[in-house]
Amino acid sequence: MADVNRGNRPLSPFMIGQYYRPQMTSISSIMVRITGIVSLGTAFLIVLWLLTAATSESAFSVVDGLMRSFIGDLLMFVLTWAIWYHMLGRLRHVVWDLGYWVEVEISEHLGWAMFIGATVLTILTAIVV
Amino acid sequence: MRYLTDRKRAQGLGSGRSGTHHHWQMLVSSAALAVLVPIFVFTFGLGYGGSYEEVLAYFSRPFPAIVTALMLIVGLYHILQEVTEAIEDYVHGVAGKLLIVAASAVSYTLMAAGLFALVKLAL
Repeated sequence: MADVNRGNRPLSPFMIGQYYRPQMTSISSIMVRITGIVSLGTAFLIVLWLLTAATSESAFSVVDGLMRSFIGDLLMFVLTWAIWYHMLGRLRHVVWDLGYWVEVEISEHLGWAMFIGATVLTILTAIVV
Repeated sequence: MRYLTDRKRAQGLGSGRSGTHHHWQMLVSSAALAVLVPIFVFTFGLGYGGSYEEVLAYFSRPFPAIVTALMLIVGLYHILQEVTEAIEDYVHGVAGKLLIVAASAVSYTLMAAGLFALVKLAL
């Protein structure tokens, strides 16, 4: 492939920093990635909780006690928000992939809808659960 | 004279070297999780917060056990794809490859450990 320029291609500047102002489209997209990675930690906590429940009452009471302490509750609230946000963000990707709502203005509205929707769903979860 | 097609020129580039399969898997698991996540959050949430005996009894019922098992498999698979994509974007070379191996190991270990716990709770 001699005619392909393999080095020396122009790179676009990184999206966070001095080159781009923060926008709803970029921030809402970055948050999808962050919440996705954070959810690996959530999965770790849930598996740990299940494993201790399957092991013994003393092991369970340590982990369950920590997760249901004030700080644990706060953490679970944030992690639940992350799950809801990520789900809404991925749902937006599904809609985009099907070819709908790709316009910038609609995407910005959807970004707001993800932040507000995740918060409402998290509060609902905290009330129901 | 150029013998290469535009497709051939683009193939194998991009941070992940290939992407359509990954992209399709993300669409499939995202759509599945849009249904599964709400069911899981409330099902798991109702079992979470009880005493030791209540938790044992709750997760030995079929519905909570099956929903949690599904979430462990589909959810962790999705998270692994998500993490892999992030690594491909920002960490390159040997470090990137090893990180992807590590992320896979962690994800599948969590999956197996969680399923083992569920089986032990349910039986």
